[in-house]
Amino acid sequence: MSTILEITAPTLEWLQLSPLLVLLGAGAVGVLVEAFVPRTARYAVQVFIAGLAVVAALGLTINNWVAGETGIAAMGSVVTDGPTYVFWTMLLVFGLGGVALFAERGVGGGQSAFAASAATVPGSPLEREAERLKREHTEVFPLLVFALFGMLLFVASNDLLILFVALEILSLPLYLLSGMARRRRLLSQEAALKYFLLGAFASGFFLFGAALLYGYSGSFELGAIADAITEGTSSNLLLLAGMVLLAVGLLFKIGAVPFHAWTPDVYVGAPTPVTGFMAIATKTAAVGALLRIFYVALGAARWDWQPLLTGVAIATMLVGSVVALVQTDVKRLLAYSSIAHAGFILVGAVGVVAAAEDVSLNSVGSIAFYLLAYGFATLGAFAIVTMVRRSGGEANHLNAWRGLGRSHPVVATVMTLFLLSFAGIPPTAGFVGKLAVFAAAWAGGYGWLVFLAVVFSLVAAFLYLKIVVAMWFQDPVEGETAEVATPSLWTWCVLVVAALATIVLGILPGGLLELFNGAAEFIR
Amino acid sequence: MSSEPYLVVSAILFAIGVLGFLVRRNAIIAFMSVELMLNSVNLSLVTFARQHGNLDGQVGTFFVMVVAAAEVVVGLAIIVAVYRARRSASVDDANLLKF
Repeated sequence: MSTILEITAPTLEWLQLSPLLVLLGAGAVGVLVEAFVPRTARYAVQVFIAGLAVVAALGLTINNWVAGETGIAAMGSVVTDGPTYVFWTMLLVFGLGGVALFAERGVGGGQSAFAASAATVPGSPLEREAERLKREHTEVFPLLVFALFGMLLFVASNDLLILFVALEILSLPLYLLSGMARRRRLLSQEAALKYFLLGAFASGFFLFGAALLYGYSGSFELGAIADAITEGTSSNLLLLAGMVLLAVGLLFKIGAVPFHAWTPDVYVGAPTPVTGFMAIATKTAAVGALLRIFYVALGAARWDWQPLLTGVAIATMLVGSVVALVQTDVKRLLAYSSIAHAGFILVGAVGVVAAAEDVSLNSVGSIAFYLLAYGFATLGAFAIVTMVRRSGGEANHLNAWRGLGRSHPVVATVMTLFLLSFAGIPPTAGFVGKLAVFAAAWAGGYGWLVFLAVVFSLVAAFLYLKIVVAMWFQDPVEGETAEVATPSLWTWCVLVVAALATIVLGILPGGLLELFNGAAEFIR
Repeated sequence: MSSEPYLVVSAILFAIGVLGFLVRRNAIIAFMSVELMLNSVNLSLVTFARQHGNLDGQVGTFFVMVVAAAEVVVGLAIIVAVYRARRSASVDDANLLKF
C-alpha cells in the first residue's frame, strides 16, 4: 500500500505582498505588450504601464505601512517590517525617477537613450536601417520593472535562497540594460560583458556562502541561522567561511573595494539613464539586504564581521575618494564617488546601533536617510549628464563642462546643488545624511573610524569642487564646448523633485529622520 | 557514511571554477567556469540536506538550476552580441574602457 503524500497549499498574505505582485504582473504585461501592441503605440503604452505599476506599488506600500501590516509572509520567506517598508518606499521613488529618465526622448532629438536595435552589429547596414526607421527598444520598461521587483524582494527576503533568487532577478535585467546604449555601442556592450561576467562570478560566491550557512544551521531562514549561532554547537569554520563568501556577493553589488572594479567601467559604458537608476537603486537594495543579513542572521557573530567590514569600509573610502581625484570624465568621476559613498555607508553599518526607545539615531534609520539623500542627488546629477551634449552624443569630458555656469546658469546651479549634497556641505540633504551615519558609527564605539571617514569626505569634497570650479570659474576650451539640450517634461520633473528634496531634506530633515529611525526594527 | 568527502569534492570543484574564471581568457570558458561554481554548490547543498535530514537543500538545488538557466540565456546573448561586433570572444580584447 502506498501512502498518499499530503500537499498543503501555502498560505499567502496577499495584501502584504501586493507591491511585489503588482510589479511582477506589470513586468509580465509589458512583455506581452511587446508581442501584441503595434510598434508605434508601444512607447506610450509601456511608459504608462511601468509608471502606473510603480505608482500603484508605492501607494500599496505606504498604505500597508500606515496600516501596520508587519510580519513574516509567504511561509517565512518574505518579511515586511519597518526597514522593509522604508527601503521599499525609497526604491519605488527611485524607480519612478528611473522610469522618467528612461522615457526621456527630448535630449536625443526625439530618440531615447537606447539602441534602435540592440541585436544589430554596431556600424552595420542593419543598424543604419533600424535607425532610419526610428525603431526603439521599449523592452527597457519591463526590464526596469523586473529589476525593481528583484530589488524589492531582495530587501524583504527572510531566507538565503530567496535572497539569491532576488539577487539574480535584479541583476539580469541590469546586465541587459547596460548593453543597450544608442551611442558608443561597443563601449556599452563591453560594459555589459564585464558587468555580467563579474556579477555572475560574485553571485557564485554568494551562493556558496548561503550553502555553507545552510550547512552550519540546517536552514536557509535568517532567524534559524541566528538561533544556531546563539547555540553555537556547529562548526565555526562553516559559519566564518559562509559569512565571508556571502559578504563578497553583497559587497560586489554595493561596489565596495576590493570588489569595485566593475563600477567605473559599467557606469561609463551603460546608457546614462540606466547608470542613474542602477547607481542608486542597486546600492539601496544591496545595502538593505546587507543590513538584514548581518544584523538579523549574523547579529550574534558581530565580533567576527565588524573587523571585516571596517577594513572594507576604509579601503573603499580610500580608493573611491583618492582615485576619483585624477579622473577627467564626469561619469567616471561620479562612479568613483559612488564607491566612496559605499564606504561611508559601510562606516554606518559597522557601528551596530540597534533601534531602541532611547536611541534617537540608529544604524538602519541613518543609513536609509543617507541613501535617500544620496539617491536624489544621484538621479539629478545623471539627469544633467544626459543633457550636456555635443554633436548628438553626450559630452562627458570635464573640458566640455567648462564655462557651463556662464552659458547655462540654471543647469549649472542645479548641478552644483547636487554636487554639494554629494560632498556633504550644509544646508543640503547630503550633510544631514553624513552627520546621521557618522553619529550612528560614533555611538557604536567606532570614533576613530568616524575620524577617518571625515578626513576622506574632505578629500572627496575636493573632487566635487573640481566639477564646480570647471563649471563656474574656468574658461571654455575652444572646440570642446558642450550644448545643453532642452529636455522634455520627464527630465525636468526628475530635476525639480531631486533639487527640492535635496534642499528640503537638508533644511528640515527632522520628520523623515525620525520616521526612518522609528521604523528601523527588524522582525525575525 | 561520512559526508565530508562530498563537501571536499564540492569545494575542489568550486575552486576549479574560480581558477578557471580567473585564468581563462575566452568569455565562454569563463562563463562555463561560473556554471561549474554554481553546480559545485548544488553538490554541497545536497550533502548538507542529507546531513541535516531535511529537504531544504535539495529544493535549493532546483532553484539554483533554474537561476543558472536564466543566467545562461542572458549571458550568452551578451557574449554573442560582443562576438558579432568584434569577431572575438576574448575578455582581453574588450579593453575600450580604462581608467
